Amino acid sequence: MRAYTPKDNVQKKPYYTDRYWVAPQVAKHDVSSDDVFAHDLDAIKAKFEVLDAYIQVDQMVVIINAHDNFAVIEMLKNEREYNQLSEMSAIDWLATEGKFEIFYQMLSMSKRKRLRIKCKIDEKESLQSVEKLFRSADWSEREMYDMFGVIVNNHPFMKRILMPDDWEGFPLRKTYPLQGDEFAAWYEVDKIFGKEAREIIGPENRDPARIDRYDTERFSRLGHEVPRGTDITNGEPDTPLVYQEPEGVFLIEKFDAEQSVVISDRHR
Amino acid sequence: MAQHQVNYLKDGGLPVALTTIDKVVNWGRSNSLWALTYGLACCGIEMMASGASRYDFDRFGTIFRASPRQAELMVVAGTLTKKHAEFIRRLYDQMTEPKWVISMGSCANTGGMFNTYATVQGVDRVIPVDLYLPGCAPRPETLQYGVMMLQQKIRRESASRAQKPKRLM
Repeated sequence: MRAYTPKDNVQKKPYYTDRYWVAPQVAKHDVSSDDVFAHDLDAIKAKFEVLDAYIQVDQMVVIINAHDNFAVIEMLKNEREYNQLSEMSAIDWLATEGKFEIFYQMLSMSKRKRLRIKCKIDEKESLQSVEKLFRSADWSEREMYDMFGVIVNNHPFMKRILMPDDWEGFPLRKTYPLQGDEFAAWYEVDKIFGKEAREIIGPENRDPARIDRYDTERFSRLGHEVPRGTDITNGEPDTPLVYQEPEGVFLIEKFDAEQSVVISDRHR
Repeated sequence: MAQHQVNYLKDGGLPVALTTIDKVVNWGRSNSLWALTYGLACCGIEMMASGASRYDFDRFGTIFRASPRQAELMVVAGTLTKKHAEFIRRLYDQMTEPKWVISMGSCANTGGMFNTYATVQGVDRVIPVDLYLPGCAPRPETLQYGVMMLQQKIRRESASRAQKPKRLM
């Protein structure tokens, strides 16, 4: 067995870093290379400020100001035939830029094109809901609030969708620890038994692979059962699987291994 | 009245069996373990397979019930999330005494591979567990063997007294 090493901050220490590794970049193409997208972009540019626009993997990406999001998407839906909001969420760039990136992935069935609208907001800044345009944004915006803490205005039911209502913190932020903060670690204990039960129940065992093979107080190996608390550091005897008590069970026919039939053909 | 002569002393002649209250009650309890359907994740599929025709839990008297008030065995089959923890505790409290719990599979035993913020690291943090089944997921044979082990445990207990309060680990 491997030696036990503490795994408290294993996420902070990568096993291996390659000095010569360069993050691959997806090639960006000019919008004028595609007629349909070029017309769409002209229509957006006529009314709104466009910070950047390019084509990546045959999809146009348009970066706009956050306060224009509802109007741009309304125009794309009503005038440019982008009639489906297939996905939307946020990306946490708080560490590098102090901002969230919000993306709206849209699909036009008639044009057979996909378009992505992006905008950036500050951590405390709120966003306009697009639920009035696309019903699919209802749960997506709730999930965005649940996971990132991005507040959306004019949403009909702004409430957490996956985590419990009384949860603290936003789990998909990069600053949120994978195994949870103190609130998360004691959540079920605090809620069911109260904080005073913390000492009785104890902290979580965050290394589920840690099993003492010689612990006969809590574990028993099938086919090698010994009385509880026996010292088995020098090996344990083979015991047959016991289905019933040796003296038999009241009113129940004794299981006879001699007379039982072993089915070898699984597909009979 | 029977007209023919009955030899009551011959084997099986007298329709009477002598036993103790404990044995009769425990025989009844151990052979009518009604389980609460508690499939939380993929282990639930194996639990359903155990109840279906090939493995056939009914022959052990284990019948799945949809109400905690009719059940005395809770097979926690699957990942318990922190959001769900209070509900499993409430359902456990609603079960009538005596009651037993089988923790089925790695997720219910220790949290398993879900070493994250949202998973309860072992269902024994919330409810007391009688039997832990290893495996991811345990095969129906394992669950069957586990139920038979639990039956043996029930037969060892004293039936006339109230169940000893179980402690959380």
